[in-house]
Amino acid sequence: MSNNYGSKRIVVGARYGLRDWLAQRVTAVLMALFTVVLLLQVLFGGPLGYDRWAAIFSAQWMKFLTFTVILSLAWHAWIGMRDIFMDYVTKSVGMRLTLQVATIVWLVGCAGWAVQVLWRL
Amino acid sequence: MADTLKQRPGPMRLIDASKYPLPVAAKLSILHRVSGVVMFVLLPFVIWMFDTSLSSEVSFEAFTSVLSSPLAKLVVLGLIWSYLHHFCAGVRHLWMDATHSVTKEQGRSSAVVSFAVSLLLTVALAAKLFGLF
Repeated sequence: MSNNYGSKRIVVGARYGLRDWLAQRVTAVLMALFTVVLLLQVLFGGPLGYDRWAAIFSAQWMKFLTFTVILSLAWHAWIGMRDIFMDYVTKSVGMRLTLQVATIVWLVGCAGWAVQVLWRL
Repeated sequence: MADTLKQRPGPMRLIDASKYPLPVAAKLSILHRVSGVVMFVLLPFVIWMFDTSLSSEVSFEAFTSVLSSPLAKLVVLGLIWSYLHHFCAGVRHLWMDATHSVTKEQGRSSAVVSFAVSLLLTVALAAKLFGLF
């Protein structure tokens, strides 16, 4: 690591491996629990039409959970995509950075759209 | 550091991996990645479904009519498989982390269980999706 500074410093990559490893697992558990909570509401409570489907997400506590899960999903997907780029895009730092920025743009945009759908309900 | 980097074999390329008969745990692992990428790419479609199914009764009708086409059902089936595979392989990871179940035999048997659960649920939901029951 003797020349890992200044212009030679590696500016992309894992950096904080444990933090991301843990974040990926914590967000995974949150999304798994959300899946169970949503499934229970869908499966029990009679035939599923528009009214009941919209009512599920209209409850304030459900918006609270869904919002958390949207952020979890974006964070989780970011770590996963970054891992893939670190494994397979090894020839060019510029290409990897470009893909990482594109991934962030994609995820932040999608998260914003999902939040908009959720909060105007 | 440059020398150290050169000595490392690095991650196996997909083209190399395809030359070996992969053990079942490795197949589960690479499909964990593939399913993750599939859901990442289809994220706008998922949010579109979230949007149109929730926003109003009119958009809900549009949602159900689009989703009645076989092509849309195939895409949804791809999402269902991806979600179930990713879910089961992820729970397997958590189980391995929590209980230190990392021997070769445990890796094999847990991979078989993950495949069995995710594929059975996929088949069941596919039957439901295409109106078999």
